Amino acid sequence: MSYIEAVDLKKTYTPKGASPVHALDGLNLEVPQGTVTALLGPNGAGKTTTVKVLTTLTRPDSGTATINGVDVIASPERIRPMIGVSGQYAAVDENLTGFENLDMVGRLYHLGAKQSRVRARELIDLFDLTEAQNRPVKGFSGGMRRRIDLAGALVMRPPVLFLDEPTTGLDPRSRIGMWEIITTLVGEGTTVLLTTQYLEEADQLADSISVIDDGKVIAKGTSDELKASIGGQRVELSLVSQDDAAAAREILTRFGSTEPAVSLDGRGFTVNAEDAPAALQLILTEFASRGIPLYDAGMRRPTLDDVFLKLTGHTASADDAAATGTENTDAPSSRKAQK
Amino acid sequence: MTATIPTPTPNSVAASPVMNWLNDGWITTRRNLIKIKRVPDILVFTTLQPIMFVLLFTYVYAGVIDIPGSTYAEFIMAGIFAQTVVFGSTYSGSAMAQDLKDGIIDRFRTLPMSPSAVLVGRTNGDLLINSISMIVMMTTGLIVGWRINSSPLEALAAIALLLLFAYALSWVMAFIGMSVRSPEVINNVSFLVLFPLTFISNAFVPAETLPTPLRVFAEFNPVSALVQAARELFGNTPAGSAQSEVWTQQHPVLTVLIGIVVMLAIFVPLAVRKFANISSR
Repeated sequence: MSYIEAVDLKKTYTPKGASPVHALDGLNLEVPQGTVTALLGPNGAGKTTTVKVLTTLTRPDSGTATINGVDVIASPERIRPMIGVSGQYAAVDENLTGFENLDMVGRLYHLGAKQSRVRARELIDLFDLTEAQNRPVKGFSGGMRRRIDLAGALVMRPPVLFLDEPTTGLDPRSRIGMWEIITTLVGEGTTVLLTTQYLEEADQLADSISVIDDGKVIAKGTSDELKASIGGQRVELSLVSQDDAAAAREILTRFGSTEPAVSLDGRGFTVNAEDAPAALQLILTEFASRGIPLYDAGMRRPTLDDVFLKLTGHTASADDAAATGTENTDAPSSRKAQK
Repeated sequence: MTATIPTPTPNSVAASPVMNWLNDGWITTRRNLIKIKRVPDILVFTTLQPIMFVLLFTYVYAGVIDIPGSTYAEFIMAGIFAQTVVFGSTYSGSAMAQDLKDGIIDRFRTLPMSPSAVLVGRTNGDLLINSISMIVMMTTGLIVGWRINSSPLEALAAIALLLLFAYALSWVMAFIGMSVRSPEVINNVSFLVLFPLTFISNAFVPAETLPTPLRVFAEFNPVSALVQAARELFGNTPAGSAQSEVWTQQHPVLTVLIGIVVMLAIFVPLAVRKFANISSR
C-alpha cells in the first residue's frame, strides 16, 4: 500500500452568488514511501484543495484518504504529528522573529522549552537565516519568509512533507536554493507531496507526476513516461529573418510528420518527426541549398509543456502568469525569445 | 545551503492532555504578549485613550452634569472603565480575522495542538491589555478626584467583574472575527455597534435624564448593568440617587455574572468549533 493514498476525493465549494465550483472531482492519488510526487496543474485545478484535505485542514464531501494507513478524515489528531506543511503563503507570525516563530512551532509540537530552542537554532543555521534570526519576520524578503515557513514544517522532521507551491513567486536564486533543500530531504527518506505550476520544478524534483486539471488526475507517470506518451522527438529551428517563414513552413511540412507549429514571433518552428535525426539532416540540407540562414536548429524531446497542452488543450502556465504576475519562464517560445 | 540536514528526529515530551493544553495556551498567549511588545501602538492607544477619556469627561462635562450627592468624577469613572474594557475586547475579533488572512491559522491547525489554544491565547492577550488599561485608568481617576468608597474586597470584585465581562466578550468577538474574516470590517462594525451601546447607557449621564425611549434602552442595556455593578462595588452610587424599576438595574452584579456565564457558555464552544472547521481562503 502506498504511504499516502487518496481515493475518489470530491469537494464542491459554492461561492456567494456564484455557481458551485468542483474543486475536487473524484481525485485519486498514491504516493509511495520515500518518493516525491508532484501535483502539476494550473491555478484552480484543485492542487491546494488536495493538500488541504490531506493535511486535515478541509474535509472532503466524499472519498477517503489515508497516510501510513491512518484515516485522515476520521483521525486528524493522529495525522498531525506525522506531517509537515509549508504553504504557498508563508504561514508565519509577522511580529515574531525567525527564531521565535520556530521556537513557537516546537513548543506547540510539545518538544519542551529546551529542545524547541535547540531545534529552532539548528534550523536557523541550516536555512542560512542566522543574520535574520532576531529580526521580526515583517522585514524579511519573500525568499526568507518561505524558508522560515519550510523550516517550521521541518521542526519535527516529519516522515511526510506537504509543499504547496513552495517556489511560487520566488526569484530564480531562491527557487534553486529551495530545490536543493527539498532534494536533500528526500535523499534522507522523507515522503513528499509537492504541488507546482512549474513544469520545470516537477521535472527536477519529482519521481512521479500527477497532472491535475478540473479536480481530477488526468495523467500520471514519471516525467519521461509522460513525455514518451505523446510521441517521439521534435525538430525545432528558428529563422534569422521572418521573410523566410513561408519557405520554412513548406520544407518542414515536407519532412515532418505533423503540421509545423509556429512560435509567436513567427520565426520559430517545431515539427514532429518519426526519425528525427534523419529528418533534421534532410531539412538542414534543404535550407543550405536554398541559402536560408538559420539562427538555431536542433532536436528535442517533448517537454512537459507539450504533455500539458496535449492533455488539456491549454498550457499549464498560461493562466498562472496572468494570475500571479510572475513571468512565465517555462514555455519554450519565451525561453527562445530570451536567448 | 548546507548539504545535509543532520539532526536526529526530536521527540515530543510525553505529558498529560491537561499539561499539553496549558502549554499550548501559554505559548499562544506568549505570542500575543510579544506582539504587544513589538507593536507598541496597541499599548500606547490602550493607555492614552482611557487617560484622555478620564480627563475630557471630568473636566469638560463636570460643570454641566450635576450628580446630586456626589461629584461627576466619582460618577463617571465606572462608565469609562466599562467603555474601555468593552472596546478592549474587540482586538480578539480583528486579530482572529487578521490571522486567518495571514494563513497562520492554517499552520496552527496542522499542528498537534489543542484546538482551543489559539483562542485562549488570543483572549488572554485582550485580558492583559484590559488589565493594564484598568491600572492606568484607576491611577488617572484617583488623581482627578475619583475615590473608592467601599472595602478593598469590593473594589477587587468590581475590577474582576469588569475584566471578566470583557473577557467573555472577547470570545464573542473572536467568533465574529472568524465569521466575518475582515479585520477592517470588524473594527468598523464594532465601533458602530459599541459606541452607541456604551453611550446610550448610564455610563456618562444618569439614565433618568435621558428622553424616554433612550432611557428604556439604557436601562435594559447590558453595559448599564456593568456600569451600575462597578459603581455599586466601588461605592460610587450617591445616597439619594434614583432607583430604577428595572430588575437588571436593581441586581446589576448578578445580571453581569449571568451575562458572563451565558456568553462563555455559548461562545466558547461555538468559537472552538468554528476554529476547528474553518478553512482559510
